[in-house]
Amino acid sequence: MSTRLFGEPMPRREDPRLLTGQGRYLDDLGPGALAAAFVRSPHAHARIRDIDVSGALDVDGLVAVYTWEDLPERIGRPLPLLIPHPALTHGRTARPLARDVVRHVGEPVVMVVAEDRYLAEDACALIEVDYEVLEPVAGLEEAARGDRLVHADVPGNVGAHLVQEVPSAGGRSAADAIAAAPHTLSFRLDIERSASMPLEGRGVYARWDGADLRVYSSTQTSTSVRMAIAAALELPLPHVEVIAPDVGGGFGVKIVHPWPEELLVPWAAMLLGREVKWAEDRREHFVAAAHERGQVHRVRVGFDDEGRVLGLDVSILHDHGAYTPYGIIVPIVTSTQLLGPYRIGAYRVEFTAVYTNTVQVTPYRGAGRPQGVFCMERTMDKIARHLGKDRTEVRAANLIRPEEFPYDQGLTFQDGRPLVYDSGDYPEMLRMIKELIGWDSFERAPGRGIGIGCYVEGTGVGPYEGGHVQITSDGRVHVSTGLTSQGQGHETAFAQIAATELGVPVERVSVVTGDTRRFGYAVGTFASRAAVMSGNAIALACAEVRAKALRVAAAALEADPADLTVTDGLVHVVGAPSASIPLATVAVLANPLRYAFDEETARATQFAGAASPDRPPVEPGEEPGLEGRGYYSPIRSTFAAGMHAAVVETDPETAEIKVVRYAVVHDCGRLINPMIVEGQIHGGVAQGIGGALYERMAYDGDGQLLNASFMDFLMPYATEIPPIETGHLETPSPLNPLGIKGAGEAGVIPVSAVIASAVEDAEGISIDRMPLSPSDLFHLREGA
Amino acid sequence: MKPPPFVHHAPRDVGETLEILAEAGPRGKVLAGGQSLIPMLNMRLAAPEHVIDINRLTELDTVEAGPGGVTVGALARHARVARAGVHPLLGQALRLVAHPVIRNRGTVVGSLAHADPAAELPAVLAVLGGSVRVARAGAAPRDVPAAEFFTGPMESALRPGELAVSAHFPALPPRTGTAFAEVSRRHGDYALAGVCAVVTLDGDLRVASARLACIGVGPVPLVVDLGADWKSAADAARERAEPDGDVHASAAYRLHLVGVLARKAAERAERTAREAAA
Repeated sequence: MSTRLFGEPMPRREDPRLLTGQGRYLDDLGPGALAAAFVRSPHAHARIRDIDVSGALDVDGLVAVYTWEDLPERIGRPLPLLIPHPALTHGRTARPLARDVVRHVGEPVVMVVAEDRYLAEDACALIEVDYEVLEPVAGLEEAARGDRLVHADVPGNVGAHLVQEVPSAGGRSAADAIAAAPHTLSFRLDIERSASMPLEGRGVYARWDGADLRVYSSTQTSTSVRMAIAAALELPLPHVEVIAPDVGGGFGVKIVHPWPEELLVPWAAMLLGREVKWAEDRREHFVAAAHERGQVHRVRVGFDDEGRVLGLDVSILHDHGAYTPYGIIVPIVTSTQLLGPYRIGAYRVEFTAVYTNTVQVTPYRGAGRPQGVFCMERTMDKIARHLGKDRTEVRAANLIRPEEFPYDQGLTFQDGRPLVYDSGDYPEMLRMIKELIGWDSFERAPGRGIGIGCYVEGTGVGPYEGGHVQITSDGRVHVSTGLTSQGQGHETAFAQIAATELGVPVERVSVVTGDTRRFGYAVGTFASRAAVMSGNAIALACAEVRAKALRVAAAALEADPADLTVTDGLVHVVGAPSASIPLATVAVLANPLRYAFDEETARATQFAGAASPDRPPVEPGEEPGLEGRGYYSPIRSTFAAGMHAAVVETDPETAEIKVVRYAVVHDCGRLINPMIVEGQIHGGVAQGIGGALYERMAYDGDGQLLNASFMDFLMPYATEIPPIETGHLETPSPLNPLGIKGAGEAGVIPVSAVIASAVEDAEGISIDRMPLSPSDLFHLREGA
Repeated sequence: MKPPPFVHHAPRDVGETLEILAEAGPRGKVLAGGQSLIPMLNMRLAAPEHVIDINRLTELDTVEAGPGGVTVGALARHARVARAGVHPLLGQALRLVAHPVIRNRGTVVGSLAHADPAAELPAVLAVLGGSVRVARAGAAPRDVPAAEFFTGPMESALRPGELAVSAHFPALPPRTGTAFAEVSRRHGDYALAGVCAVVTLDGDLRVASARLACIGVGPVPLVVDLGADWKSAADAARERAEPDGDVHASAAYRLHLVGVLARKAAERAERTAREAAA
């Protein structure tokens, strides 16, 4: 059989396990562990006057109750601000348990540990917290007015303010370019809050044996959780292990760390000398994890008769919720990725990030891009409408040409590096999407519209990832990488890379991710980076292992390593397959032994006669065994791109909106596994349709989340998602050895823009605010 | 999201059930399909001390069709009633009730007792003028007409200690057509607004009577008797509906919607009546 697996649509090997209930998620572990539960604030803003736990003490099975006063200093202090930035002048983070003021509904106040979760919740219900209720800051614009403060020491509720400006080639500022342009438009665009909403919530399970702490967490970064726990609990790093088991989705929310529970649960386990577990329930996830997307954008654009953008000025009001643990990554990404596949004359972007008494905001799949793309694509549509031109013609006039790569947008990206697009072919992509959806032959009718949206996505941000590859004496290949998996198909894609690079059957390759016992150095899974970062690192590790295998085999075969290759797990002389040695045997020979336990290993013992008596059994510079380690660290991100188009139908009477067709053309460089990429796109588009038509966080004026359940937070079902048609374009990245770009977030990014474009086309009404419900459309029609 | 402590009772017959219910009084709650009660328990929105589980009362797992109509026992699941195909309007409504998994577990009588103002089945009972049979220990069962059964949002005429043992859906007269039209946010969700219609023709194939029941636009199913003037459905429904706005839709949109749906349902019912008469 062929071992050339890179690029094959191989079915995901994790699916039989995950689809038949064999997955091992956080709450499947530790059946005998004590259960933690939390008393959380019912108020959006309040001062804690007193906490009376006495009522809970009668609950049979209660083990412990902790308030902030019980916490040691290193745990009770504010949680880390993970990504500091000079513009984030007033960053604020929560304490694991509230000390004096609570700033959103759901903030943890008391931790209860009991024999099981039922009893823990019974005890929670009997704890009385006396609150002095304060006026909440509920809406974005109320926050910006600054009449009431979320944090007493943050004037005007402004956490961060950042301006980036790129003059035109002729040195004109955006303001001047707009003032001088033949046409100008200005408008406001809104996107409401949504959330990652993985089907498995967060969760932590900790075991302490008196010397070593093992923590399982449903996280997107086990290595960083490990370092955070070791620091907070003052444990030496080698005595802390963190493992991400099967994780039922992340979508960004689980990259945040350490969550309060990730410190409190291990701390309690050590204190009590018992295993302790906390599995987040759905209600907790709505009010105590993180949200995203809520932003208001004011756009001014100047353009010429062809629709070419001469100047663009965007002012963004970003809702940070109550805290900023993940810094200002989201508005930075909006600001920089807003430009999409376009060459813009002059650009100025400014954002103000304000606090509100709502759940904190951290990246959710797309991470600020859906908002930026909404701005840019609505702008393109408005220019087309103003000039009476076809919407794709205006886009074509602004696209960066293939010969312009690498293309420097002149901005600083979220990794602190220059925003330089490495490769792409945007005009070809536009041609492909128009053909796929049938743009030029579309028959417009009342209540039937077509829309388009384009984006560029910086993927594979650094600083690095690593991979470890070991071939054992049974011929099996064990791959590990430190970043984590939440259902992306890493077990399959990384195995395809290793099998291809090593020349072994893929069935012999197994992959472990997110287990600090296996690999201690990693950053995490976010920013569409896993395939780019760990994929390349694993390929580099494989190259090292392969080179060693050839050296060892060359000695055994009395051949020159340069004449050898590996096919189907056999090392052989090129062109002479009969002179061969299995990798299993090479692994045996690579590890000189004193003791044998079977016939294979007997060949590596000291009287077997294979080794030269004049050389040390392990040559200087060599190591025993057949293993290698590789790290990949890119100079900057690689830029994937895509264009989506959709056909919608709107009901003239009920204002229901139906997406009847959805087409995607996508370029993530070289495809490791097209089936996995398509799956990522399908899931992303479904999540995007959720954000465009169904999902929002409905806060009332008191800061209460009114739809904090799956009954009222409307995640779309399969019945709401049309078939998704896809086309792939492959422009390899010149930045990494495998030529790949990230694909994880792609599907979700332009969907709100595409649906708005299509509904606007069907209705002839400006669609400037998403999501859009039938009720919203009804009122837009009434106002038109 | 774990329920507070409660005592679980698993009686084997109706008599035993009624005794337990009488004992528990207001501290008791009946568990049938559990599609509403279990989430309410888990969210601690309900905290009954006694949960009386009627899932072993096979004597109530009945669907009996007769010339006068269909009587559905308290343990008959939606899916079973739908499969029985014993009443056109009931069938039309059940297709709109949630999803197969929920229909496999949830019960028709349970949905009536839950009395959600946006649920389909209360509207069917109301528009047909059906009734719910209510039993209590030491007394003869009483039949509560639909018009008296639904008393408010999530409120029914069931009193503490009582069990809804069955519901009766009257048969349709000859030359009668029915329809159910609704708009929900997602497939299977509770309706933003919905209307079921029953239209009966006279011997000359003129509309003799038309009745609507509207959901999602008031505290209980809103029954609108149009008489012969079935074409006034939209205006009549809008005139009487008093919807509230919520996170899913404004009151104004719901009011608009109920008119659209009333017209659609009435037209569709009139058409099926003609087909039935032909």
